[in-house]
Amino acid sequence: MFLSEAVSGGPQFFYLAPWIVFFPVIGLLINIIFGSRFNEKVIGAIASTASGLAFVVAVLLGVSLIGHPEGEIVPLVDWITIGLLQGRWAFQVDTLSVTMMLTVTGVGTLIHIYSIGYMHDDVRHNGDPGRYRRFFVFLNLFIAMMMILVGSDNYLMLFVGWEGVGLCSFLLIGFWYDKGKDGIGNAIAAKKAFITNRIGDFGFLLAAFIMFWAFRSFNFQEVFAKAPEVAAIAPGAILAMTLFMLLGVTGKSAQLPLYVWLPDAMAGPTPVSALIHAATMVTAGVYLVARSAEIYILVPQAQMWVALVGGITALFAATIALAQFDIKKVLAYSTISQLGFMVAAVGMGAFVAGMFHLVTHAFFKALLFLSAGSVIQGIERGHHHVEHDPKLRKLIKGQAHDFDPQDMRNMGGLRRQMKITFIVYMIGTLALAGIPPLAGFWSKDEILAEAKLLNPSVYWLLTIAAFLTAFYMGRQILMVFFGKARSAPAEHAQESPLVVTIPLMILAALSLLGGALNLPWFHTFTHWLEHTLTFVHAGEFNLAVAGLSTGLAIVAIILAWLIYSRRYEALKDLPTAKRPDDPMRSYLGPVFSLLENKYYVDEIYQALILKPYSALARFLAQVVDWQFWHDWFHDTVIAGGFRLFTRLLAVRIDLGFIDAIGNYLGAITRGLASRMSLLQTGYVRTYALSILVGVVLMLGYLLLR
Amino acid sequence: MTFEFILFFVLALVAIISALGMVLSQNSVYSALFLILNLSTVAVFYLLLSAAFLAMVQVTVYAGAIMVLFLFVIMLLGAERLPGKAELLWQRPLAIALGLVLFVEAAYIFFFRSGVLPSMEIAEENFGSPELIGQILFNQYLLPFEVTSILLLVAMVGAVVLSRRTK
Amino acid sequence: MLPVAYYVGLSAILFIIGVVGVLTRRNAIIIFMSIELMLNSANLAFVAFARVHEAISGQIFVFFVMAVAAAEVAVGLALIVAIFHTKHSINVDNISSLKG
Repeated sequence: MFLSEAVSGGPQFFYLAPWIVFFPVIGLLINIIFGSRFNEKVIGAIASTASGLAFVVAVLLGVSLIGHPEGEIVPLVDWITIGLLQGRWAFQVDTLSVTMMLTVTGVGTLIHIYSIGYMHDDVRHNGDPGRYRRFFVFLNLFIAMMMILVGSDNYLMLFVGWEGVGLCSFLLIGFWYDKGKDGIGNAIAAKKAFITNRIGDFGFLLAAFIMFWAFRSFNFQEVFAKAPEVAAIAPGAILAMTLFMLLGVTGKSAQLPLYVWLPDAMAGPTPVSALIHAATMVTAGVYLVARSAEIYILVPQAQMWVALVGGITALFAATIALAQFDIKKVLAYSTISQLGFMVAAVGMGAFVAGMFHLVTHAFFKALLFLSAGSVIQGIERGHHHVEHDPKLRKLIKGQAHDFDPQDMRNMGGLRRQMKITFIVYMIGTLALAGIPPLAGFWSKDEILAEAKLLNPSVYWLLTIAAFLTAFYMGRQILMVFFGKARSAPAEHAQESPLVVTIPLMILAALSLLGGALNLPWFHTFTHWLEHTLTFVHAGEFNLAVAGLSTGLAIVAIILAWLIYSRRYEALKDLPTAKRPDDPMRSYLGPVFSLLENKYYVDEIYQALILKPYSALARFLAQVVDWQFWHDWFHDTVIAGGFRLFTRLLAVRIDLGFIDAIGNYLGAITRGLASRMSLLQTGYVRTYALSILVGVVLMLGYLLLR
Repeated sequence: MTFEFILFFVLALVAIISALGMVLSQNSVYSALFLILNLSTVAVFYLLLSAAFLAMVQVTVYAGAIMVLFLFVIMLLGAERLPGKAELLWQRPLAIALGLVLFVEAAYIFFFRSGVLPSMEIAEENFGSPELIGQILFNQYLLPFEVTSILLLVAMVGAVVLSRRTK
Repeated sequence: MLPVAYYVGLSAILFIIGVVGVLTRRNAIIIFMSIELMLNSANLAFVAFARVHEAISGQIFVFFVMAVAAAEVAVGLALIVAIFHTKHSINVDNISSLKG
């Protein structure tokens, strides 16, 4: 508030906007061209500096916006100009886009720094140090593409960035492309992500086509200006447009039914999961809906659909997370669930709440993922230590190859060995669960308060999901950090180096204090976003909602403690064969298996969609293309017919007819010649006789005339 | 039946018979002699036709020189009777037949188409004399005369060349 | 005066006899002599017409014909002698190597 009054008319750095894309691009070009000569630290430093400079530009843009809150459009280059289709690359610097820019570059830079240390161990654990450089190139490429996405002023450039981050997701998920199940598991996961995203992109494209047809333009300002009159004339077009955009959002932000790629995407290195699949890329869908707010508010039916999709996804994913054993899978489903919260929020019309949760979620989810990475590497270090110590080797006899460092059943009691990781993980968990005064409480609570007012059914869905969120996070913390170590590597786990833990600490601080962004009595963020989304209103603080959600969260954590600490100890007395790996299994039985297998959604998709599609493709390729078209039509009909025709021409016509004429003429000539040669008797007398014959004849003719 | 006509008729008969004799004789010498007789007869005809000079030239050159040359060669080659049988048996009858046809045509012309020929007048005294021939020959026909002399030269050279034995 | 047709008729008869002689005999020298007979008959016709037309150029022509006949006989007989040296025969039927 008074900041803008003090600095109004202050320094303007809008012209720096393109550099937010250029810095990461320069960073990746330097690493591509010269990277082979640098050592790991230099490569990491260049990439992190590039990302950091982008963050600096975002800060400067933010500072400019304080003085000039209405923002500015910074054109860069005219890309497509064909008749009515004007695709221009221009940067729309306003409060909404700068919010995204700050989040992405800020968290991104921290993750770059984290990766310097993490990837050092990762490439050695997976056996190929040469890939270190590729990782940072792809990370910078991602930052550049995300900046294009959030900074553009029209849907066309947004789509360019949209596709670009999809590409980077593919490249980074499949980073270890030769590893995974059967040696291609990671590549298949990357492919799945790309294709599922593509289905979403198909929805986005259809929305773009309808937009061009209705508005003749992709530009945000033009479209939003004309939206009300188009809605009056052709409301169906706007509805179709928004629903297709929803399809794109479900693809990119992993909602039902296109969320299936996100859990598999955990095959990528942990920094990738943190950056792309927790904090930034998946929020592009939420950003899209927030940006298109002026269109969405014209079609309440679409809004209802968006909110429902978000709410149902939130609950659905939370139930699956209860039964997962892989530490990253739990966080993946948690991300899907929290994205459901955000999508539901912007769907209902609570744009500020959705964006607020986006920012705080970026902080604590990135924190959780990076800490999970730290935990995994700690276990790996322990495993390595045990393997190479002759006295301890016998403890892991027989389980060396199958040992999964990410399985929570192999962890336990790590709070003693990995103190810093434990503390920051705890902070992240509490933030995610929504315990005040951490950041997650304020943002989630604002969503719930708005939901109670706008859409009660969604409110109940989200409340139950919040309860489950606290429960499964409590489960996770208890399984990983508390109790006794359940495997030898867990006993000997080691803490990660500072270059890894310092970003964790920064993110933890942000998770603690991030709530200050939009405390309900100051509404800083609301006023900030008001300049762009002019119709937002400040959410009221609803004590009842806040109390209910906090109470549920605390109850959930206590429940988790009861089950996973006390009951677990009780189950220890059972013999190993009868001991369930998870106490919940004994309570829920077959339901637990259903949850553990993710409701068999992947299997259903495989059977219903993928198998028939592959069969169809195989049919078209083998039967239609090869057998019918190539073998029969081309070979038999065309080639055979041609050969028949040429044979007809060659044998019948050329040899039979034309040659026959030639031969016939020759034969006639020879016959004639042999007969004529009889005239040449060689006797002079006959020649004289012939002269006489001629004379006689001529004379006779002259006389008789 | 004037004297001229009788003379002509007799001489014509002699000419024809001698010609036939030449053609039919198997002995080459006899043929040559028959030809000489024929030539002499024709010389008399020239006299009848006021070509005195030519008559003399005919007897001197034709009958005297050319036929003697013929006789020389006949003697040289010793060709009295040719050995071997005749080939081309069909030629002789055909030739005689054609000759007869030609004779018929000639007779036809003689009897039916001779109306266009002019009649003979009384010639002047000088006609056919060496004087007149000489005048015309060396004035109007000088070029052919000289060319003929070259022709005779060439013939002589040719005869010498042809009869050389190749070594 | 006799009509010139008589002389021309005689010339024709002599000519025909000469032609038949050329075609019938195999002896080269007889053939040659038959040719001389033909030339001779032509000369007779020339002179007859010269007398009728009072044109002396007819007789001049005969003069030249005789000169050419002489040259021709010289060369021809030389040829026959040369052929006789090779073929040892004056049968014209033997000189048929251009047959075919």
